[in-house]
Amino acid sequence: MVARSESEPAALGNRTTSERKSDRVLVIRRTFDAPARLVFEAWTTPALFRQWWVPKSSGASLLSCQQDVRVGGSYRLEFAHPKAETPMAFFGRYLEVVPDSRLVWTNEESDDGAVTTVTFEEKDGRTLLVMSELYPSKRAFDIAMEGMDEAMPETFEQLDEFLAGRAVGAQRS
Amino acid sequence: MAQYSQARFDVSFAALSDPVRRGVLEQLMRADASVTVLAERFRMTLTGMRKHLGVLEEAKLVTTEKVGRVRSCRLGPRRLEEEAEWIENYRQLWAARFDALDTVIDELKRKEKRDGRKK
Repeated sequence: MVARSESEPAALGNRTTSERKSDRVLVIRRTFDAPARLVFEAWTTPALFRQWWVPKSSGASLLSCQQDVRVGGSYRLEFAHPKAETPMAFFGRYLEVVPDSRLVWTNEESDDGAVTTVTFEEKDGRTLLVMSELYPSKRAFDIAMEGMDEAMPETFEQLDEFLAGRAVGAQRS
Repeated sequence: MAQYSQARFDVSFAALSDPVRRGVLEQLMRADASVTVLAERFRMTLTGMRKHLGVLEEAKLVTTEKVGRVRSCRLGPRRLEEEAEWIENYRQLWAARFDALDTVIDELKRKEKRDGRKK
């Protein structure tokens, strides 16, 4: 209810769930009908990554996307949004890279940013993706929530409309 | 959102850490109920249920009011809105991303089928 909620079932019954595991950790889960290597490839190849990271409904657009996916390598994403005067940048470093299986990166655009861990677990040709965001402190998590709440309300309104009215495959890039 | 106090946030999460208390909140989302009804529904003693309600009241998630002999419980002013709303918004962002990721992955699968697997 609070800590865990689920989306409308997708066409293939794969739902995105969220769970606040503790006062410092948020976990998102989703299953994909594909082997882990393909999910990993879509996540770590810039040309593919940029096709899905920014929901079209958000009104934002990805200006640039650099990913040097290896331990110690860095990434940088820059977005433009009609309501933002200047582009927003998100950046950090990869702490762990295990092909087809695990990615860990820092989020350094803010002080006290989270460390994000994504694992890809393949079973019977399907892949369970578990994304866990660990904040350095409870306060850091709370600040992140406040920041996003203030920054994103319009975005989420659009997202709501998008989710409500979306036809299957309509958001193909 | 920015104004809520740290202490209250702590109390909320402590209050939500218990399955009975989460159940009580779900129950009260549907309809107000008396302490007796809640105790019966969760198969607890009145004392046990009062204890849980005390924690929920402390967190302002529930308010109780004595009407005649019956103590009636309903959702408190605080409800679950702040935390739940944020988490739900964030989940929706990821749900939209992952739906788009499905499309990208489908394309990869088709390509692989067509060209044969690399490596």
